Amino acid sequence: MSRPSAGPLLEVDNVSVRFGALLALSGVSLSIQPKEILAIIGPNGAGKTTLLNVISGFYHPYEGRILFEGRDRTRLSPPDVAELGVARTFQNVALFKGMTVLDNLMTGRLLKMGGHFLLDAVWWGPAKRQELANRAFVERLIDFLEIQAIRKTLAGKLPYGLQKRVELGRALAAEPKLLLLDEPMAGMNVEEKEDMSRFILDVNGEFGTTIALIEHDMGVVMDISDRVAVLDYGRKIADGPPEQVRKDSAVLDAYLGASHG
Amino acid sequence: MAEILHGIFIGPLRDMAASPAFLIEVLLGGLFTGLMYSLVALGFVLIFKASGVFNFAQGVMVLFAALTLVGLMERGMPVAVALILTMAVMVALAFVIERVVLRPLVNQEAIILFMATIGLNFFLEGFGELLWGANVKKLDVGIPDRSFVVAGVQINQLEMSAAATAAVLVAVLAVFFQRTRIGRALRAVADDHEAALSIGIPLKTIWLIVWSVAGLVAIVAGIMWGAKSGVQFSLSLVALKALPVLILGGFTSVPGAIVGGLIVGVGEKLGEVYWGPLVGGAIENWFAYVVALVFLLFRPQGLFGERIIERV
Repeated sequence: MSRPSAGPLLEVDNVSVRFGALLALSGVSLSIQPKEILAIIGPNGAGKTTLLNVISGFYHPYEGRILFEGRDRTRLSPPDVAELGVARTFQNVALFKGMTVLDNLMTGRLLKMGGHFLLDAVWWGPAKRQELANRAFVERLIDFLEIQAIRKTLAGKLPYGLQKRVELGRALAAEPKLLLLDEPMAGMNVEEKEDMSRFILDVNGEFGTTIALIEHDMGVVMDISDRVAVLDYGRKIADGPPEQVRKDSAVLDAYLGASHG
Repeated sequence: MAEILHGIFIGPLRDMAASPAFLIEVLLGGLFTGLMYSLVALGFVLIFKASGVFNFAQGVMVLFAALTLVGLMERGMPVAVALILTMAVMVALAFVIERVVLRPLVNQEAIILFMATIGLNFFLEGFGELLWGANVKKLDVGIPDRSFVVAGVQINQLEMSAAATAAVLVAVLAVFFQRTRIGRALRAVADDHEAALSIGIPLKTIWLIVWSVAGLVAIVAGIMWGAKSGVQFSLSLVALKALPVLILGGFTSVPGAIVGGLIVGVGEKLGEVYWGPLVGGAIENWFAYVVALVFLLFRPQGLFGERIIERV
């Protein structure tokens, strides 16, 4: 797993998020170690997606700090967070539905294309070479995700499971250091879940990408994660290896709503 | 009864066949007018695609651009310098709009942003008149308003130059948005704001670019229209004709804006010349709106638009 000396890739330090009177997160601290797969679980409304949104800059905490590679990144906007090397997927799949799969992935790679936006139109030659180099990377990604057959299909026309896979691909196209997945397996059948689990493990294993994911399927969570953090009512109630969290009485309470022996 | 039907269906066609040269002149005139509608509609589409904002002020931007150009030229600047300065003014305007109007209203309902552009409309109208005065101005860009005759067809030099310029502009824009990364980023933003943000596309930059481009398109439309009929307040009313064009072409389609404009321009000219006498004229004034109504009833997404026009 991780090298303990390197320090966490991302640190959420005592973060609270408020929507009006509702405290969506209260004093949550959490660290994500390099190269690990962290699962964030919890009942509905526990604040999991809010936590992901805070990390990726869509929400800003009213209290607490976010540190990425040891530096304070609390108030960055989403594009700035993306530039640091954080990519994400969304709970309800946010693909560019009117574009082909290939174009979705190429768009995901926008940040990796150096040079200036506006100069593209003028410096045609270099822009063209860049496009080809990035295209080659995206084609490898398409092979990796086994979506060759649909590369020219409009993303909006794909079945849900494949959309999720393409969305993963778009996030990977940016070669992120930290990959945030919001319910990557929601609404999938068993087979699709197995495929997705395999891709997540492969991404982690082959590219060494650090992954934080929200997931409801406990079987999947226990299988693929190195560590599990549990949220309930905006607080973190447990954090540790899967087998330990599984037995935690606070976690059982949160999920089953009752006190256990 | 038979007479009326004859007047509607046969008479006009016979007139057309009787004088093909005149028909071509009417068609050319229609295409030219249509091109101007297209240019205004294009400004709408660019902004709507990228930000979901229906920019009510597009017509006034045309007026403002023309007023600025004429105003600068009246103060003794050569056309080229005045043109470059006007471009700078329109880009600066885009910058200010993003900063003062769009940014504070980010994530608001589309209708609120629409209301803001109505405000922008009134502001620009007043501000333009304050700066440059309210009287009708003549815009002379150095192309004579002369006609020459080719194979019996009168061709207006000014109209032809304007049409060529517009065609080049549209081609350049097409390349810009299809072939460059900005184009891809623009389409991404149009498709899904959140996702675009999450992969590192800065919305503000995209907005600045589309409003600037819409401003530049407004200059071209302003020059064409201004050189033809003088720079005056009625220029901004061209925007009203752009609405049926948008309904025809689809709010999100660049080719739609162009084709829609041409159809409306040609249609209203043909209607006016050949069918106008039947109803005592003035078909030109309402033709576009009737076409729009028919489209709204039977094909609300327009010729090229996305099937569902819905923005969040």
